[in-house]
Amino acid sequence: MENQYLNLLDRALGLDGPSEPWPLSGRVVLIEDCVETSGSFVLHQLVKRSLSPTSSNVIIFVAFANPFSHYDRILRKLGCNLVTQRDNKRFIFFDMLMLRCPDVDKGKSSEGGLVLLYEKILKTICGLPGDKKDYVTIMMDDISLVEVAANGGSDYVLDFLHYCHSLTSEFDCSLIMLNHEDIYSSMERPTLILQMEYLADILVKAEPLSTGLATDVHGQLTVLNKGTSHRLGSSGNKIHNFHYKVKENSVEYFYPGSRV
Amino acid sequence: MKAAQTPHKKEVPCVFGRPPQLPITKIIRLSAALLARHRRCSTPTAALSLPPRVCSLRPESLSCRLSTIYSWHFTGKTKLCSVDAAMATTKPRLSSFSRNLSAVSSSQTPGVKCGPNGTMFVSSGIADLDKILGGGFPLGSLVMVMEDAEAPHHMLLLRNFMSQGLVHGQPLLYASPSKDPRGFLGTLPSPASLKHDKSRDRESEQEKGLRIAWQYKKYMGENQPNFDSHRDNKQDYCNEFDLRKPLERHYFTRQRVNCVGIQDSKNLAALQEHCASFLAQHQRNDGSCALAGRIAIQSLCAPQCEHSNMDWEMLSFIKSLKGMVRSSNAVVVITFPPSLLSLSSTKRWQHMADTLLSVAAIPDEDKELAKLLSGYQDMVGLLNVHRVARLNTQVPLILEATTFSIKLQKRRFLVLECLNQAPVDGSSGSSYGTSGSCSGSSKAGTLDF
Repeated sequence: MENQYLNLLDRALGLDGPSEPWPLSGRVVLIEDCVETSGSFVLHQLVKRSLSPTSSNVIIFVAFANPFSHYDRILRKLGCNLVTQRDNKRFIFFDMLMLRCPDVDKGKSSEGGLVLLYEKILKTICGLPGDKKDYVTIMMDDISLVEVAANGGSDYVLDFLHYCHSLTSEFDCSLIMLNHEDIYSSMERPTLILQMEYLADILVKAEPLSTGLATDVHGQLTVLNKGTSHRLGSSGNKIHNFHYKVKENSVEYFYPGSRV
Repeated sequence: MKAAQTPHKKEVPCVFGRPPQLPITKIIRLSAALLARHRRCSTPTAALSLPPRVCSLRPESLSCRLSTIYSWHFTGKTKLCSVDAAMATTKPRLSSFSRNLSAVSSSQTPGVKCGPNGTMFVSSGIADLDKILGGGFPLGSLVMVMEDAEAPHHMLLLRNFMSQGLVHGQPLLYASPSKDPRGFLGTLPSPASLKHDKSRDRESEQEKGLRIAWQYKKYMGENQPNFDSHRDNKQDYCNEFDLRKPLERHYFTRQRVNCVGIQDSKNLAALQEHCASFLAQHQRNDGSCALAGRIAIQSLCAPQCEHSNMDWEMLSFIKSLKGMVRSSNAVVVITFPPSLLSLSSTKRWQHMADTLLSVAAIPDEDKELAKLLSGYQDMVGLLNVHRVARLNTQVPLILEATTFSIKLQKRRFLVLECLNQAPVDGSSGSSYGTSGSCSGSSKAGTLDF
């Protein structure tokens, strides 16, 4: 019934199956973008999907880049009221804009902020009522800023991410992260992004068109769905590639050249 | 109420009674005038003479207003469908309404203008840049300017930005790696006197009248709906600055101007404290629109500063600055020379920026470039727009062009123009694509023509 509302991205992410259990639970989604093209709209789309009235998901949104008002305005235009959802305890927002892990030189204290953050997330999940505990989505809007907060200690960030990753197996929650790919393209061995890509079950890449900017095509998405061995049916990697155009109240996805 | 409407009753039906013969624009404008009268707008004539462009499309508001006009005057007499059809075709002309709104709101606080998505703009000090960015720098955003390592073009942007703030009476925090940061205030340009303004306006109008490709006039600028709407209140919102005239003294004394030298301090902690205390005074309160603050930081990673080799410290400074400014009524402009940073650091800095610009000088005697671009003699440099701040929205702003030439008009006024390809051979006409503000001053082009 709902299938007609699904777009190409939903299908590529595997959201076209039955909505119970949540198709993304237990999986890690990594969104990569670059200076020219922002991939944050994928996050917005996933927030909207997760909070749709038919599902009973709970989102823990850890914001490093933008305040609540920013997301509230965007999601309201997409038809989803975050304030109401926050009051219903379905959308839990951590404002981490001012996160700063002090004193990188003194070793352990730099980890401090991130350990606290992890404990906060864990506590929130444990505090949820039993029926909601199974459908938790953790979203982080900019991992590169965590690195900055940790003063470049990418090991601490990796530890933090591994801890968060362990939650996906422990509570079967899904982890959705955004990072900027082009930061690492000039590094020799960018451990952080490589490990993140390894951990990810689904990789979404937003890139500008190679032919330059256009008003009616804002960029292209490449979705690599690494498939799940423990689920029926699909196996092996699936790559989807399509163009998109971002609008205020929706995002249009289409195959290259298929638009009239 | 009814008595007030009767005088109009006579004239209007004859206008609307035969919609097919009347151009749609006329209908819209007439109804705008009507609306202005009914709403007891202070200046109904202004509504009449509005240029038919848009700043933001608000079809729903117009259509409802129009239909109210309709129901007042022509119930039963006209075909509503024709106007509804007109709505669809004339979307770009609805602007007149929302602009009035912005004019009203801007009168509350000088130098601040309401934009879409609940944002508020302050001017960059360059009218053309405001137009390009769709209104100016939004409050709460971080603007980064990538410097040309060999030329001081970023100073042009900084100066105009700071001057504009001072003219509006907005508090300013300026940080610079130079020995005497306060001395920089002496180089700020002064707003041009009214005489200059008028002469320029008249000139540009004349140019409009003498446009060669006049038949294409109606197509020009249609894709840049935001741009012309700021013309009217330019006087208030964005001044024109005369780069040869220093800013008068009384502007500095009228309000607090904070100057910080960052050369001698060991790390960025001092600067961060300055910024934090500055921004704390500009916290955003709901509803009330207090005075906007401006922070200008010049060459943050300049090599003479001790912190210049501490990549992460600078990044976390920018990050916390961005976090603070998001919740305050202020704009931060940071310039930095990207060539001094490593590639990945540069990318990180770029990701931090809400609005990302870069400036580049052009060589004096580059014959090949001079052949390619018209008006090369008047150019002083190039400005690149990499990214435009998108607060509270997910839709990216795709510009018609991202590279603009920086020109000095009469050696005094800073203007930005689209790059125009020079005519290849003498017989072909001048290239297309000049925007309304372009002065078409290319000597070579006119001679060839």
